[in-house]
Amino acid sequence: MNAINDSLVIMKRQLLQLIRIPEVLIFSTIQPVMFVLLFRYVFGGSISTGIPGVDYVQLLMPGIFVQTVAFTLAGTAVGLAQDMEKGLIDRFRSMPISRSAVVVGRALGDGALNVVVLLVMGLAGFVVGWRPSSSIFSIVGGFAFLLLFGFSMSWIGVLIGLSVREARVANSAVFLTVFPLTFLSNAFAPTTGMPKALQYFAEWNPVSTMVAACRELFGLTNIFGVTADSLPAQQPILMSFLYMIALMVIFIPLSVRKYKSSTSR
Amino acid sequence: MKSVIARDLVKVYKVSSRTRSKGEKSAPKEVRALDGLSLDVEEGTVLSVLGPNGAGKTTLVRVLTTLLTPDSGEASVAGVDVIKHPDEVRKVIGLSGQYAAVDETLTGWDNLVMFARLYRMSSAAASARANELLEQFSLSDAARRPIKTYSGGMRRRLDLAASLIVKPKVLFLDEPTTGLDPRGRQEMWGVINSLVDSGVTLLLTTQYLEEADQLADEIAVVDHGKVIARGTSDQLKREVGGERLEIVVEHQHIPAVREIVARISPNVVIDEDLRRISAPVSTGTKALMEAVKALDDAGIHPLDLGLKRPSLDDVFLSLTGHVAESEEK
Ligand SMILES: Nc1ncnc2c1ncn2[C@@H]1O[C@H](COP(=O)(O)OP(=O)(O)OP(=O)(O)O)[C@@H](O)[C@H]1O
Ligand SMILES: [Mg+2]
Repeated sequence: MNAINDSLVIMKRQLLQLIRIPEVLIFSTIQPVMFVLLFRYVFGGSISTGIPGVDYVQLLMPGIFVQTVAFTLAGTAVGLAQDMEKGLIDRFRSMPISRSAVVVGRALGDGALNVVVLLVMGLAGFVVGWRPSSSIFSIVGGFAFLLLFGFSMSWIGVLIGLSVREARVANSAVFLTVFPLTFLSNAFAPTTGMPKALQYFAEWNPVSTMVAACRELFGLTNIFGVTADSLPAQQPILMSFLYMIALMVIFIPLSVRKYKSSTSR
Repeated sequence: MKSVIARDLVKVYKVSSRTRSKGEKSAPKEVRALDGLSLDVEEGTVLSVLGPNGAGKTTLVRVLTTLLTPDSGEASVAGVDVIKHPDEVRKVIGLSGQYAAVDETLTGWDNLVMFARLYRMSSAAASARANELLEQFSLSDAARRPIKTYSGGMRRRLDLAASLIVKPKVLFLDEPTTGLDPRGRQEMWGVINSLVDSGVTLLLTTQYLEEADQLADEIAVVDHGKVIARGTSDQLKREVGGERLEIVVEHQHIPAVREIVARISPNVVIDEDLRRISAPVSTGTKALMEAVKALDDAGIHPLDLGLKRPSLDDVFLSLTGHVAESEEK
């Protein structure tokens, strides 16, 4: 089908960019690896997991995985904003191509980049002592879940990129939304240390449900404070799934609509 | 048949107060980029839309290439309504915008193949077409280099090549030589002329009077979102006035030369500062030869002597009351 062909061409363009400037791929993998090392060795000693026999790195890795894929949307937003600046979106829009291809292709391309990034991070985690204790089936499921999360988050990036139309603005807009989300979560420290109100926010935060879901898939039990019997705490996998579907149901149509009417100035 | 028709196009931009200059408080302003603009282009001909910065040229091109919906008015390209059937229009047009719109990180070849694939060519056909276009636009040597390393002229040529992947019925070029040096401009003109020979209908915008003169069959002069004059470059020049005989001499000869010129044409104009005597003439080179003979008989050697046709600059000035390139933003 044409829409699929067009999306794949756009996605291929992005992968080609990675070959033409390998630095992008190198830095987008070095950064998360650096995070792994920093958290593992700088904070790792001082943060207690609260679970006997489980060291910090086991809790940390799912957190860092989720944070990294959540940031997919930064690449998406900045990339699209750049295409707007350069007038490339205008060219695409003046061509007889499927109306959703440019944005779908971008989201797929960013998703594909995550495969490499997660692989490298997983290896780095393994080197510093991460040992998922679940079945191989569950582990693969966990990574698939992460990829899907990255894909659904990048639709927020599509909307931001097409709306702000300037790469630098896109960058700050993204950091302002994603940083609070990843830190007001259970990704790096148990939420039990937070004030009560924040604990509620943190437990319902999609980043937290994703982290909890991944921990479960990688064979860990989650710990909760005041929110232990809330839905996200009880059913993190289901809840994350619902969040991802909600993200896509809301942002895909909005993004496609935005694309149809966007011009570079 | 008319390949492009625009009727009473109006487009108003709301300028947000975010863009206001420091300290000044101004309510959101409206800019009437197109203010009832109408024009048409006969199939197989070249129309140049000539206008200064901010005249509305880019806005017009965006409306005609389906990128922007006008507030009112109608437009059709190759017989298809731009507003009602944009998808059909996109199949038959090529657009090369004011700034090269290509992926800078990819090579020239990568870019052309990508666009060709988006026109649903097979991979073999796409790569053959890319090679053909690179050859045609003298970019074969740079084919495997990232666009980042291209000169301005090379970028514009690649951008143009990208708009010709599937031979368009109507081609839109928005200021194709702005920012190019004289050689780059000359090359671009060569490329455009050969396209025109191949029979494409072309609408091109420019702020350069010389460019309109060189490339276009007809010129539409646009200012403040309206067409203020329309015709061939000769017609426009005639509107301003015919040829003038101009003679520049040493100061002491001015009275004598005035006599001579007055015998050829009565309305003599003298510019003392420039030591220039001029008069409108209708007999062309005959008037010139008479003047030469008379000057020679009188033993006067002019510093400069010639027939001056009004330039498009003169046309522009007399139509708009301001000089073409100097309007403030
Ligand atoms: N997106 C926009 N928002 C607000 N105003 C705009 C926008 N685009 C153009 N304008 C304004 O509309 C008017 C016409 O702009 P347009 O770009 O069509 O002119 P142009 O003839 O292409 O000029 P140039 O020669 O500088 O490219 C200008 O006053 C411009 O400032
Ligand atoms: Mg313009």
